[in-house]
Amino acid sequence: MQFQQQPAQQADSLDLMVNMGPQHPSTHGVFRLVIWIDGERIVRAEPHIGYLHRGSEKLCEGEQYGQIITLFDRLDYVSNLNCELAFCLTVEKLMGLEVPDRASCIRVVLCELNRIASHMLFYGVFGLDAGAMTPILYGFRERERVQSLFERVTGARMMHNYIRVGGVKEDLPSDFAERLGELTALLRAGIDECDELLTNNELFLSRTKGVGAIGGSEGVDYGLSGPSLRAAGVAEDVRVSEPYSIYDRFDYGIPVGTYGDCFDRYYVRMEEMRQSLRIVDQAMEQMEPGPVSAKVRRIARPPKGEAYLRTESPRGDFGVYLVSDGSDKPYRVKVRAPSFANLQALQRLLRGAYVADAVVILGSIDIVLGEVDR
Amino acid sequence: MIGFLDSLLVTVRTALRRPVTAQYPDPSKRQPVAEGFMGFPALTWDEDVREPYCTGCMVCVRDCPTQCMSAVMDDNPKHAEGASRRRKIVREFEINLGRCILCGICVDVCNFDAIEMSHEHELSKYERNGNRVDLTRLLEMGRAYQRETGWGPSQPKKNSGVPVEKPAGEREKSAGGAAGR
Ligand code: SF4
Ligand code: SF4
Repeated sequence: MQFQQQPAQQADSLDLMVNMGPQHPSTHGVFRLVIWIDGERIVRAEPHIGYLHRGSEKLCEGEQYGQIITLFDRLDYVSNLNCELAFCLTVEKLMGLEVPDRASCIRVVLCELNRIASHMLFYGVFGLDAGAMTPILYGFRERERVQSLFERVTGARMMHNYIRVGGVKEDLPSDFAERLGELTALLRAGIDECDELLTNNELFLSRTKGVGAIGGSEGVDYGLSGPSLRAAGVAEDVRVSEPYSIYDRFDYGIPVGTYGDCFDRYYVRMEEMRQSLRIVDQAMEQMEPGPVSAKVRRIARPPKGEAYLRTESPRGDFGVYLVSDGSDKPYRVKVRAPSFANLQALQRLLRGAYVADAVVILGSIDIVLGEVDR
Repeated sequence: MIGFLDSLLVTVRTALRRPVTAQYPDPSKRQPVAEGFMGFPALTWDEDVREPYCTGCMVCVRDCPTQCMSAVMDDNPKHAEGASRRRKIVREFEINLGRCILCGICVDVCNFDAIEMSHEHELSKYERNGNRVDLTRLLEMGRAYQRETGWGPSQPKKNSGVPVEKPAGEREKSAGGAAGR
């Protein structure tokens, strides 16, 4: 194994090696973290990934474009719709396809709800990581509400296969607007309640404030993106800097942190949920009756060429690179997974931190192993 | 200290609430699945001519991303007797539900309204391949689903098996491979 061959100058022979994972409840999946500690301090940390590697990118080469959407569902399995959207937008970009307005609105509404559901999961497990037992119950309650609506709309609670090349699978159910109204009201109250429960708690604050801080420029150097980067004070959001779909039509704020510590990373996400609700409301207002899918052949055959498109997934900058050889299967698919890139900063964040904070820091960058390992 | 009390207040508020968690197999507390929920795929049954809608055309088999289905096509004896419009009929059909990922692609591609995502979703077996289901079971699942939801084909004119009197010369369309949706 690689870590045993490390030269001694990095880790002193007196340092104690502690192995966390892959079966460890706080590694958020199957993820192995090897840390060397000197007393209470972490000297060096080394993430080991690959336990959930399914070869998704390679599998894509053997599947038709419509079938690949199911594989993208399973990349970031906490925010499936955002992954589907990224892939479909890339194919549409390559084909030069115009998506009907209603389909775009539906996509935006569902993706932003998915962002909330994803951040709610983060809220729950982050509380757990910091030693608070209850937030996960509240977080899951809100997530559950969103998922019930998804079940009604897409037929599935998680692996939706709903966003298709050229639009969406089918139109919204007739009672959607009503149910969404109820849901957003509940979510607004729920987010406030969650906020109240955890944010001002002294114990939580002392566990997270000033822990695992990283500066903005350093964050950029490490390739951080999404809430983890915005917490460090860099107002970079793909929805604003490189608007895709119809995100340029909405008016919303980009929450930005100051210190780039665990608390900022947590709070940026809390604020982001409120902004997502604003986008949902605006997208609902702009939604007009109409077709929900462009006229496409059932088996999509993009022309020869390549396309790259970035989207803002709940975890950061989710990019899809697609090479087509003109057939019904792509020649190459490459995913720029935000969790994977954010994980690069972990070594830097952990160096010098207390052992007890390792889990909090790992939780605060909110990785999803399905996306890291692909 | 204030913040601590703040969060305690939320705890106290919810401590007075009735519990929402229910023990799993309790039938009275079961959450119904949503309308349009996608459970495992099942084959539909044409009550009018008492045969499956499925013609065994294998379009779904070819488009399934996990390759978990197989089908065998046969000549329809009822068509020969003039009792059905379907020239071909499915003889064997198998889905390995343990492999199925509930994507719904098979339903999208079927031209004959023959396969539907049923509401069946609780299946557990002791063997890895214990969930390979055959035509009989699939039709059972499908009939249960049809009864439950009052399902009808989305293109009844085209896909019903009831023989229709037609002026001579018009081509029989239903059993040929129709164009995609
Ligand atoms: S596509 Fe429809 S008719 Fe053809 S084999 Fe599948 S279920 Fe049967
Ligand atoms: S739902 Fe998807 S995986 Fe399951 S049988 Fe149909 S096409 Fe195959």
